[in-house]
Amino acid sequence: MGKLSTRITLVASCLLATGLMAGVVTADEPKKGGTLVMSAPQTPRHLNPAVQSGTATGAPGAQLFAAPLRYDENWEPQPYLAESWDVSDDGLTVTLNLVKGATFHDGEPITSSDVAFSVKTVQENHPFKTMFAPVESVETPDDNTAVLKLSEPHPALLLAMSSQLLPIIPEHVYGDGQDPKNHPHNSENVVGSGPFKLVEFKRDQHIILERNENFFMEGRPYLDKIVMRIIKDPSARAIAIENGELHLAAFEQSAQNINRIKRADGVSATADGYAAIGPIAWLAFNTVREPTSDVNVRKAIAYAIDRNFITKAIMLGTAEPALTGIHPGSPFYEPDVESYDVDLKKANQILDDAGYEKGADGMRFKLTVDYGWPDVKAVAEYVRPQLKKIGIDVTVRAAPDFPTWAKRISSHDFDMTWDVVFNWGDPVIGVHRTYQSSNIKEGVIWSNTQSYSNPEIDELMEAAGKETDQEKRKELYSKFQKILADELPVYWAYALPYHTFHSDKVGNVPAGIWATSSPLDLVYLK
Amino acid sequence: MEILSLIIRRVGYAAILLLAVVVLNFILINLAPGDIADTIAGDMGGATAEQMAEIRADYGLDLPLWQQLGRYVANVLQGDLGYSYFHTQPVTSLIAERLPATLLLVITAQLLALIVGTLLGVLAARKPNGLLSHAVTLIALFGYSAPVFWTGIMLLIVFSLWIPLFPVAGMIDVTIEGGWWARALDIARHMVLPVITLSSIFLALYSRLCRASMMEVLGSDYIRTARAKGLSESQIVMKHALKNSLGPVVTLAGLQFSAVVSGAVLVETVFSWPGLGTLALQSIIARDTPTILGILFFSAMVVIVGNLLTDLVLRLIDPRIRNQS
Repeated sequence: MGKLSTRITLVASCLLATGLMAGVVTADEPKKGGTLVMSAPQTPRHLNPAVQSGTATGAPGAQLFAAPLRYDENWEPQPYLAESWDVSDDGLTVTLNLVKGATFHDGEPITSSDVAFSVKTVQENHPFKTMFAPVESVETPDDNTAVLKLSEPHPALLLAMSSQLLPIIPEHVYGDGQDPKNHPHNSENVVGSGPFKLVEFKRDQHIILERNENFFMEGRPYLDKIVMRIIKDPSARAIAIENGELHLAAFEQSAQNINRIKRADGVSATADGYAAIGPIAWLAFNTVREPTSDVNVRKAIAYAIDRNFITKAIMLGTAEPALTGIHPGSPFYEPDVESYDVDLKKANQILDDAGYEKGADGMRFKLTVDYGWPDVKAVAEYVRPQLKKIGIDVTVRAAPDFPTWAKRISSHDFDMTWDVVFNWGDPVIGVHRTYQSSNIKEGVIWSNTQSYSNPEIDELMEAAGKETDQEKRKELYSKFQKILADELPVYWAYALPYHTFHSDKVGNVPAGIWATSSPLDLVYLK
Repeated sequence: MEILSLIIRRVGYAAILLLAVVVLNFILINLAPGDIADTIAGDMGGATAEQMAEIRADYGLDLPLWQQLGRYVANVLQGDLGYSYFHTQPVTSLIAERLPATLLLVITAQLLALIVGTLLGVLAARKPNGLLSHAVTLIALFGYSAPVFWTGIMLLIVFSLWIPLFPVAGMIDVTIEGGWWARALDIARHMVLPVITLSSIFLALYSRLCRASMMEVLGSDYIRTARAKGLSESQIVMKHALKNSLGPVVTLAGLQFSAVVSGAVLVETVFSWPGLGTLALQSIIARDTPTILGILFFSAMVVIVGNLLTDLVLRLIDPRIRNQS
């Protein structure tokens, strides 16, 4: 049943894709020129994604820096700085053939040694250590060929070559011996090779980018200028979209605003384009502290929570349910797992059978649920009355700010917490970290803070991480998701309803897998 | 001469007070769990234990607290407010960068509230049971009790969305080309809604206070004497009564002005105004200790200077205070 429905969706999405492509061909020819005004929901620390993860830096970073590859909406790699690439049969050698004649914003040529330097900088400074961990060396036989030598096959590598994760930074600028994390050119006079150049970065105000006349992709970008206005208030951003002050706002997640923009004239809201970002909201359990260390307790809680109520009522129908730790938009998502559809009787039964008797007040035991930021307050509050129905007395612990919450959770001082964790493309980058027993690390947020440990899961991840056959890899991850759904270190609830708001004047709204953290060289104003 | 000794005395107190502010704030902030390393890790979508240790070592957070405090106080004594963890920029230059925007907003809103509030207060006091007086009371009550962010959003919906007169956010529109005049006009347009929002709270305070003190003065003997002398009503109100009832209003204005940062935080956030308020909020959220401490230190200074100035102005307009000391 699950297989069949997957196949139907696949066929449907293929049809849809061809339809869309046909649409692109027959639509108006992209117009050149104009200034796109878009929003940035927060001030980035700086603009260099090689040493700073996150989409605050990623969105401007992907305009300033080109990367070896880019991705279409079907997760297929496309040529970018690398006009072609080759993975050897044993998976241990990845060769990139760079575009000839490409230059940085300062006119210097882009060579294979810049690629080697960038990989090294990311390896040393980027928080996602797994991305390039197996890369032992980058050889540079000539200026246009970079050869990555791996210690083991690493299928996540190609995805890690997107702008968000591997910007190619010039060695002659960032290799001057200064600490790349605090390099002065991270915020001012940024030198990249992307479709746009930096004009001005004013914190808490705006980032202004202008067309790179010497961009190595002929005829692009279409826009003359991009102005990213930093507007932190979500309601203000929605109003600015509606009254035309903003052309585009990405990473919007307020259900009320999404529905309002969907109804408004002349503007649209789309959920396309966030598959690789892959944000999943979930209720995490402390699997080593009683009573959540008992899998029966976790299952009872899962049966007591109504995922439908969360997506339909709390998220006002904007969010998609997530049944596992891999985002529903990922090719590795396995929908055919135990989904724990709400069943209070069963939940009570499980707890009765496991010996948790109700006291005089009808309660079996007490639990706390944490949350660290306002967006998940409603779902956190929802847990309390719902679990009361199965005799669990829940106290909601609100944290005044992110560091307070992070400290509580990373020092394992919690029973349950709401959390949002990002897939970041390949499961190796964003998924493994939550379940690896080797990643139970005191004081580190978004490590395996559940303290979950299962040798079988560890082995599955290890195997899937270096499996180069896509089908076999899917099977491994399918098994991985099924076992996890049975053990429930985490109750996955929904995919964060990231939406892109845009004026109908915007053509080629970014719909790849990295949303606006990808080059916006094809975007135009009608 | 007296004034000089007053100032010297006050400056002496101020120095002690400021030191206490620095030490107390430092301890209070460090009592909160979590630090900048957690924020940076959160910002980056995760970090390794080694990276977090490195960040802490970079910022000296691995030292014992008393050593960090000693270092900080020593730096502040030399006029160095430290280096912002989050913005990777010296705190003093960060504050200096943001101050003009906030001053522009707060001073304009204060002046508007002061003038309009006094005027409304005077008008209301003349006929305390008249329609106008009740209207003023109602407006004041509404302005004071409505949360600023609500007022701000409502103004945005009405005047940016339904009737698109004013821009939604920010201080300048970077897409506008033109000279000095065009840019000034652009800033003025961006200022209208935040200024109205911010002044709505102050307006309530001033109009109520002015009304009350005006009514008290209008009932006093010397006003009756002025009336008996046959002075015109406007002369009585503007010259005799108003001057004497301004004392409390000026005191309040001084106190309110000191709230440069606190009052503007919400308004700046709603309107994305690039001032000290947004900086303060961002720093608190990011646990950017040097910046928070810097802003608090700066606010304390503003409060102290504001109070001193208020005292001096009061002495100017009220000879009784001058003669007391």
